[in-house]
Amino acid sequence: MSTTALESAAARRAQAGWRDRLQDWLPRIVLAPSFAIILLFVYGFILWTVYLSFTKSKMMPVYKLAGFDSYERLFAQPSWYMALGNIAIFGILYVGICIALGLLLAILLDQKIRGEGVLRPIYLYPMAVSFIVTGTAWKWFLNPGTGLEKTMQDWGWTSFHFDWLVNTDMAIYTIVIAGVWQAAGFCMAMFLAGLRGIDGEIMKAAQIDGASTYATYRRIVIPALRPVFLSAFIVLTHMAIKSYDLVIALTGGGPGNSTELPSTFMYSYTFTRNQMGVGASSAVIMLMTVAAIIVPYLYSELKEPVR
Amino acid sequence: MSGRVDSGMAGGSVVTKIVIYGLLLFFALLFLTPLFVMLVTSFKSLDEIRDGNMLALPQNFTIEPWLKAWGTACIGLTCGGIKGYFGNSIEMVVPAVTISTLLGALNGYVLTKWRFPGHKMVFALMLFACFIPFQAVLIPVARVLGLVGLSGTVGGLIVVHVIYGLGFTTLFFRNYYEAFPSELVRAAMIDGAGFWQIFWRILLPASGPIIIVTVIFQFTNIWNDFLFGSSFTASESVPMTVALNNLVNTSTGVKEYNVDMAAAIIAALPTLFVYVVAGRYFVRGLMAGAVKG
Repeated sequence: MSTTALESAAARRAQAGWRDRLQDWLPRIVLAPSFAIILLFVYGFILWTVYLSFTKSKMMPVYKLAGFDSYERLFAQPSWYMALGNIAIFGILYVGICIALGLLLAILLDQKIRGEGVLRPIYLYPMAVSFIVTGTAWKWFLNPGTGLEKTMQDWGWTSFHFDWLVNTDMAIYTIVIAGVWQAAGFCMAMFLAGLRGIDGEIMKAAQIDGASTYATYRRIVIPALRPVFLSAFIVLTHMAIKSYDLVIALTGGGPGNSTELPSTFMYSYTFTRNQMGVGASSAVIMLMTVAAIIVPYLYSELKEPVR
Repeated sequence: MSGRVDSGMAGGSVVTKIVIYGLLLFFALLFLTPLFVMLVTSFKSLDEIRDGNMLALPQNFTIEPWLKAWGTACIGLTCGGIKGYFGNSIEMVVPAVTISTLLGALNGYVLTKWRFPGHKMVFALMLFACFIPFQAVLIPVARVLGLVGLSGTVGGLIVVHVIYGLGFTTLFFRNYYEAFPSELVRAAMIDGAGFWQIFWRILLPASGPIIIVTVIFQFTNIWNDFLFGSSFTASESVPMTVALNNLVNTSTGVKEYNVDMAAAIIAALPTLFVYVVAGRYFVRGLMAGAVKG
C-alpha cells in the first residue's frame, strides 16, 4: 500500500516536472513564430535580394552569379545619378526645414499660448493623411493652370509665375514643399514634448541672472533638446529615404525623370523595365544607407541601462 | 498640463504677443489651406472650377462629385467608383491590425516578463526590422506571394502587413510592459498563476492605452500604405490608396478635379476621423515609434 502511494507521488512529481518544463519553454514557444517570421521574411529576404543583386536577373530571377555586373550597370545609369542627386536635395531640405519649422512652432506654442489645444492638432493633421492624398491635393494646388498661379493672376498679380511642378529644374522642390507640409507638425510635437520636459526652474534662474530670452533659448533650451534633435533627424532621414508614394502621386517621377528618387528607380527598374538585377542592387544600396544611420542609433538606445 | 513652472515670456510685451500669435495663425492657415481647397473644390461643378478662384466658396453647391467618386467614376476599365476599393481597404486593415496587435502584445509580454538568455538580441533584430526600406524585400515577397497563390489578393496584403508590422507592435508593447511592475507578475506566479493566466488576468486588462496606441498606429500605416498595395495587388483587389492614384492619373476624357478631390477626401476620412477622435493616442504612437527606450 505504501509502495503505491510512493509510486503515485513519484508520478505526480514527474507530471509536475513535465508541466514545469512546458511552463519554462512556453514563453519561448509563444515568441518563436514571430521571431521566425522576422528572421525569414526580413533577414532571409534581404539576403535573397542581396543575392539577386549579384545576378543578371531580368524579368524573372536567375540564380547564376554574375559578380558586380548589376552594380556596374546601376552606376552607368544617368537616371540613378539623377535619383542620388535628388535624394540628397530632398533629404537635406526636407529634414532641415522640418526640424527648423518644427522647433519654431514648438517654441511659439510653448509661450503660454491661448488656444494651443486648437492650434496643435492643425499643425499635425497632415501626418494622419496618406501621401497619396497629400500628393493629389498638392498636385492640384501647384498646377499652374488651375492652382496657385491662376489664383494669384486672378487677383491681379498678372506677372505671377509658379510653374515648379512642370519645370524639370524645380519639380523636386515641390516634393520638398509637400513633404514638409506633411511632417513638420510631427517634428513640432516631438520638440514640444522635449520642451515640456525641461525643468522650468533652470530657465527661471537664467532669467533672474539677466539672460535675455534669446540667450536662454540658445544657451540652455536648445542644448537641452539635443536628444530630440537626434531622434527627429533619424526618423526624418529614414522617412526621406523611404519616400515613394509622395513622388508617385505628385509628379510620377517627372517631368522627364527629374524627380526620380532611389525608391522610384528601384520600383521601375524591377517591375516595369524588367531589370531585376539592377533593381535589386539599388535596393541594397538603399538598405545600406538606412542601416548606416539606424544601426548606430539603435545600438546606443539599446545599450542604455534598463530603467 | 505638464505642471512645469513656466517662466517663458508670459509677461512679454504686447508686440511680442502679436508676433507670436501672428506667426502661429499664419502657419495654421498654411497648414489648413490644402484641406480647404480640396473641400471647396469637391463641392464645385467643373465649369465653376475652370472659371473661378480655387479659394472661393462654391457658388452652386453640388454633391455630384462625391456621388460620382463613390459610385460611378471610372478607374481603369471599370466604372464603379471607389466604393469597392474602400471595401478592400477595410477588408485588409481589420484582420491585419487585429493579428499584428495581438502578436505584438504576446511578444512584448515574453520579452519583458519571461526573459530568456538572448532576449535582447531577439528584440534588437525585431526592432531593426521596423526601419528597413521595404524595397529590400519587395522582390522576394512578390515571388513568394506568387508561389503560394496569394499574389493579387487582399489575403496576400493582410499577410504582408502583419509580417512587416510585427516589429512596431512588439516595440510598443515591449516598452509599455517594461514599465509594468514585475512584482505583480511575481506575486501572481507565487500564487500559482501560469503564463496565460498572468497575461489574460493581469497584463491585458492593464493594457488599454497601449492597445489603443498600437491599433491607431497600425491602422493609419496600413490604411495609408501604397507601396505594398501597388506591388502585390492588381485591378479589382487594390486598396483605396492605389485606386485613388489610378483615378487621378486616368488619362481618358476630361480631368474631373472635383471628383478627384472628393475621392481623396474619402480616402483620407477614416484616418482623419481616428485622428480627430483619438488625437492624443495618435501622437503618442508617433512618438513611441520615434523614441525608444
